[in-house]
Amino acid sequence: MSIATVFEIALAAVVLGLAIWTIAVPETYSATVGFVAYGLLVALIWVRLDAVDVALTEAAIGGGLGGVVLLGAAARLRDAEATAAERPDRSTRLIAAILSASIAAALAFAILILPDYAPTLAPAVVANAGATGMANPVTNVLMAFRGLDTMLEKVVLLLAVVGVWSLASDRAWGGRPGPRHEADPNGVLAFLARLLPPAGIVVGIYMLWTGADHPGGAFQGGAVLASMWLLVIMAGLADTPPVSSRWLRFILVAGPCLFLVVGLGGLCFGAAFLAYPVAFAKPLILGIEVAMILTIAATLALLLAGAPERNT
Amino acid sequence: MSSVSVFGLCAAAAVGLGLYGLITNPQSLRKILAFNLLGSGVFLLFGIVGRRGAAAGVGNDPVPQALVITGVVVAFSATAMAIALLLRLFHTSGSTTLGSRAPTSSRSDAPGG
Repeated sequence: MSIATVFEIALAAVVLGLAIWTIAVPETYSATVGFVAYGLLVALIWVRLDAVDVALTEAAIGGGLGGVVLLGAAARLRDAEATAAERPDRSTRLIAAILSASIAAALAFAILILPDYAPTLAPAVVANAGATGMANPVTNVLMAFRGLDTMLEKVVLLLAVVGVWSLASDRAWGGRPGPRHEADPNGVLAFLARLLPPAGIVVGIYMLWTGADHPGGAFQGGAVLASMWLLVIMAGLADTPPVSSRWLRFILVAGPCLFLVVGLGGLCFGAAFLAYPVAFAKPLILGIEVAMILTIAATLALLLAGAPERNT
Repeated sequence: MSSVSVFGLCAAAAVGLGLYGLITNPQSLRKILAFNLLGSGVFLLFGIVGRRGAAAGVGNDPVPQALVITGVVVAFSATAMAIALLLRLFHTSGSTTLGSRAPTSSRSDAPGG
């Protein structure tokens, strides 16, 4: 057995242990911490599967920002969750265990007996890379070959923000999301919130730019920018903007709108909806990505901040 | 045992554990966690099938990779939405359960609030 195999088995065992911990541990807060650790280690599995773009997304969004949302909710609901309803009775748990175990066994069996011939679209993606002028196959699929998915996903993000905002009470309608954070202005958090954002913003923009040829892209870069903004908000150096502000709403719709305009342009002047003219493919895609990284950063940060809670 | 089988078994177990937690955990936040675990297992299965489709110098089929990236972002927005609903439920009723015996409180907002 090679070192790599030993590492993979150990990684899989730790990930599995954390998954069991997340489901079985009695206290909700401990389960949440376990799930955040699980999310970060799953990113390592993605690296081992040679999918670095997914690993970056999983670490930044699944483990990082998702972890902040879940931990924040677990802290606020700590008392309520402890006194929650009783567990289902023994027979229900037994039936659930049998059902879950058989589904897991069926999936494991299906993975183990997959035929040696594996269908793949990788050669087609590589062969058509010249149409966009970008070398990263995943960015090509996201922005060009399956651009419609990415555009609709932006709309889903926008709908999620609208949904979260609509949960505000009458008093806080159109107000600022989340509590006003107070931190010691000379403390570590305020220090880091001054030190990290300049570097973080450069890293986020670099991830967007390098996404054309190497792992990276608008999602990963946007997640880094969102976390920088949130760090400044949590340190109390800036406040969340009121959700009724015009510039905020403009940024939120800029990405999907530009995508839609370019798509309709393809319908009017080109071959099909979202068909880029070959000569302008790269500038058009870069333009969409620049608008999208701002939209993604603002959307992720606002989803994390939650529903409006105050009007001042 | 190849890395595909090791991680494949891990992904299948994550799906099973997530489903079990979704059914049996009474707390709403635990249900959200379990559902995310289930989703993460499904994404890993995508990655494993994509890894088997490595060809043309690409280590993992880029089409399932792009689908998973889209899926991770959509799962995050659905989780954030679910958490916001849960916090709102807690704020208006003082409880996080949806059961028929959930305590009703007088702290609820005015209609439409």
